[in-house]
Amino acid sequence: MSTGATKSIDTGRQPGTPTAASAKARGFVAPPKLRRPRHLGWLVMTLYLIFLLLPIYWLVNMSFKTNVEITNTFSLWPNDPTLRNYRVIFTDPSWYGGYINSITYVVMNTVISIAVALPAAYAFSRYRFLGDKHLFFWLLTNRMAPPAVFALPFFQLYSAFGLIDTHIAVALAHCLFNVPLAVWILEGFMSGVPREIDETAYIDGYSFPRFFVKIFMPLIASGIGVTAFFCFMFSWVELLLARTLTTTAAKPIAAIMTRTVSASGLDWGVLAAAGVLTIIPGALVIWFVRNYIAKGFALGRV
Amino acid sequence: MDRPTNQKAWFLVLPVLLLVAFSAVIPLMTVVNYSVQDTFGNNEFFWAGTAWFEEILHSQRFHEALARNLIFSAIILAIQIPLGIVVALSMPRKGIGVSICLVLMALPLLIPWNVVGTIWQVFGRVDIGLLGHTLEAIGIDYNYVRDPLDAWFTIILMDVWHWTSLVALLCYAGLVSIPEAYYQAARIDGASRWAVFRYIQLPKMNRVLLIAVLLRFMDSFMIYTEPFVVTGGGPGNSTTFLSIDLVKMAVGQFDLGPAAAMSIVYFLVVLLFSWIFYTVMTNFERGGQ
Amino acid sequence: MARIDLRNLAHAYGPNPREPRAYALKPLNHTWEDGGAYALLGPSGCGKTTLLNIISGLITPSQGQVLFDGVDVTAMPTEARNIAQVFQFPVIYDTMTVYDNLAFPLRNRRVPAPAVDARVREIAAMLEMTDVLRKRARGLTADAKQKISLGRGLVRSDVAAILFDEPLTVIDPLLKWQLRSQLKQLHKKSGYTMVYVTHDQTEALTFADKVVVMFDGEVVQMGTPAELFERPAHTFVGYFIGSPGMNVLAAEVDGTVATVDGREIRLPRAYGKSTPDRKVELGIRPEFVRVARGQGLPVTIRKVEDVGSYKIARLALGQREIAAVAPEGTEFPADDVGAVFDPAHLNVYVDGHLVDGTPVRGA
Repeated sequence: MSTGATKSIDTGRQPGTPTAASAKARGFVAPPKLRRPRHLGWLVMTLYLIFLLLPIYWLVNMSFKTNVEITNTFSLWPNDPTLRNYRVIFTDPSWYGGYINSITYVVMNTVISIAVALPAAYAFSRYRFLGDKHLFFWLLTNRMAPPAVFALPFFQLYSAFGLIDTHIAVALAHCLFNVPLAVWILEGFMSGVPREIDETAYIDGYSFPRFFVKIFMPLIASGIGVTAFFCFMFSWVELLLARTLTTTAAKPIAAIMTRTVSASGLDWGVLAAAGVLTIIPGALVIWFVRNYIAKGFALGRV
Repeated sequence: MDRPTNQKAWFLVLPVLLLVAFSAVIPLMTVVNYSVQDTFGNNEFFWAGTAWFEEILHSQRFHEALARNLIFSAIILAIQIPLGIVVALSMPRKGIGVSICLVLMALPLLIPWNVVGTIWQVFGRVDIGLLGHTLEAIGIDYNYVRDPLDAWFTIILMDVWHWTSLVALLCYAGLVSIPEAYYQAARIDGASRWAVFRYIQLPKMNRVLLIAVLLRFMDSFMIYTEPFVVTGGGPGNSTTFLSIDLVKMAVGQFDLGPAAAMSIVYFLVVLLFSWIFYTVMTNFERGGQ
Repeated sequence: MARIDLRNLAHAYGPNPREPRAYALKPLNHTWEDGGAYALLGPSGCGKTTLLNIISGLITPSQGQVLFDGVDVTAMPTEARNIAQVFQFPVIYDTMTVYDNLAFPLRNRRVPAPAVDARVREIAAMLEMTDVLRKRARGLTADAKQKISLGRGLVRSDVAAILFDEPLTVIDPLLKWQLRSQLKQLHKKSGYTMVYVTHDQTEALTFADKVVVMFDGEVVQMGTPAELFERPAHTFVGYFIGSPGMNVLAAEVDGTVATVDGREIRLPRAYGKSTPDRKVELGIRPEFVRVARGQGLPVTIRKVEDVGSYKIARLALGQREIAAVAPEGTEFPADDVGAVFDPAHLNVYVDGHLVDGTPVRGA
């Protein structure tokens, strides 16, 4: 409360005479001073980040320990740092092959999703056509379908086409939730581009494909980046479908981890190292798109 | 904004339609097909009508899993939405701190879900995990493998860790879009911190909060991998959610009919709740009068 | 209601400004009287909004003091200063009704409910918004929203000053006139000290008792509309105010004689002899330039613009262009055209600033 402030303002008329009381009598009191909870903000943020980072730190910590140290002693940092766990992963093809598999189908999925979503998003953002609203909503309902529902039918469908244990099978399966999302995000970004730009280009004699690639795509480049980020993210983190549709040749790293821990007992160190290595691609991607994250997470429609 | 009518736009949508038909419609038809048939062995199916649906809708196992899912989603929303808002309000607005916060906060979102499970499985263990060890050291009897309550605590904490940042980032996007003049006007009007939140920030976050509630509801309702890795649905059935039960039924026991019927009911429940949230929130946004 | 003193006030957005160029607002000293209506007029980026925000406390100046009725408020936060401010774009609280919007500043200051009600109804009546009081603010048109913003500024009866930051930008031209005259009336009735920022000269001249013209972070003149019109203190003021702006001609001056393009013009006052190192200019408003046959400076008519109630003649004087305003119906001579300057309204500028000559008897 800034009683002093009230006083000094009201005394202004006759400097030196306190008239704060009369101001109060009229019912006007200086407002409660707007608290600036900056320190509180820092505290909340710091605690939250510690909460986020502790489990990750623990994983990193474990990945540099020997199994003996993990199971026998409890230490906040590696007493006897070792790179053995990482060496195991980088020398065993069944381990590092998993990373290659994961990255392969994630990239395939991202490319497919964006390629088909671009024209569709353009249609939704620019034209009215028969059934457009229903179609858009129906697309979004696919995002609401529990992957568990699709596990079995996908397995049968892809078996019938002989696609089981291929990268493309996982990439296509992940389109189930990534394509609707991609259409949604891109539509948001495209609606932000004024339609006059399209019309001007057509008047200037651009054909649709040329206009789309040369003029329109550069305009929504950040939108495409954000979409790619989301496709990458959801394909990279998904496991249920990826595991169901693969056996050996295309098995994702995440699934190999699960198997290893149940099969070979408790090689905690290797497990932790593998986990750490799955975090790195995500961290790299985030770093590149960090300036678009805020807008991106609002899907371009704040 | 008036968009011109152009039926040729269908050609632009065609690739998406074909792809989604392949990856959603055909599998869904298979599910529907199974849900109304019975089989005794290899490729011999006969009409079962609504029998599986009746069985599922009357099965206690389904009711319990559904109840667990609903309770779980309710707890998740009750924690993550307010916490996400608080974190978003606490984020710095400019400077290097913004980048650091954004990157660190987004980190859990980019970790494969079973690795999330693994991290917490390890983190919560009494013998080698920091959380379990610490809780035990301060005298709390904590063991998520034995005690259902501890298992729920671990899974909820894990989900809060995993997804609160999504809510926070959405809210942050809403907050940074508020023009500075609103804050200046509020200061001049003598508004308290609470009034600024209640009358400026919250209304402006409405849209993103809607997205956040929908996404968090859908994803928490469909949760599978993380609790599966941490608890495997146990102890007992205490953390067996619908997805876990469904996969158990379909892939583990190969009960195609009941599993298919359950899939459809499950899907419809998600749709129903998403629709309710959407309607309630948009009505609320319009003023609710 | 308060008198506002600005003492040696200056502001730079960057830290530690070394050169004068870095100042968004160059050092100034001014006193604005209690109950006055002031307009800050100038082009975009001239520092007028910076000055306004310093007064309201949204910006802390790099140097100098702001005094309200002699009390230094420089260090005080906005909410303690007891000022109201209306922004360029309507700032309303979407989820509240119009009534609650208007009551908000009072309720925050814990004014008793009956007093709030009376005051809100009074302001609503004045803004002609009584019938929408119960409506949600969100659904209203842009100008109704801006009226609410205005209302929130006016609703407090104890404010030291009300500051307006180009408040009518988003309003339809027709409504602009209405609102402006309402504001003017309101000022007369209430006696608030009002400061109005605008880049629109009509707005400034109709609203304010005193207009403060700013240019490049500096106050170049403060005066009544008539003073600004008749004796612009700076060539910028002459050019910025009036339509078309003042004619400014490079000249040499010696005593009561000015020489433009080799032609002599007699001045009503005596000045010192001009030197080549300083820029000397002659200023004359187009309203005081008469086009006549065979008199004054020989010019040619380049074109005549008819703006309805009067005509503007664009005249060529050598390489220079000068404008002359003539009443509707004036016939301009076809040849031997001359421009006659009304000597009473000739101003002399040195390096852009007006210089007062010494009166000459009989001139």
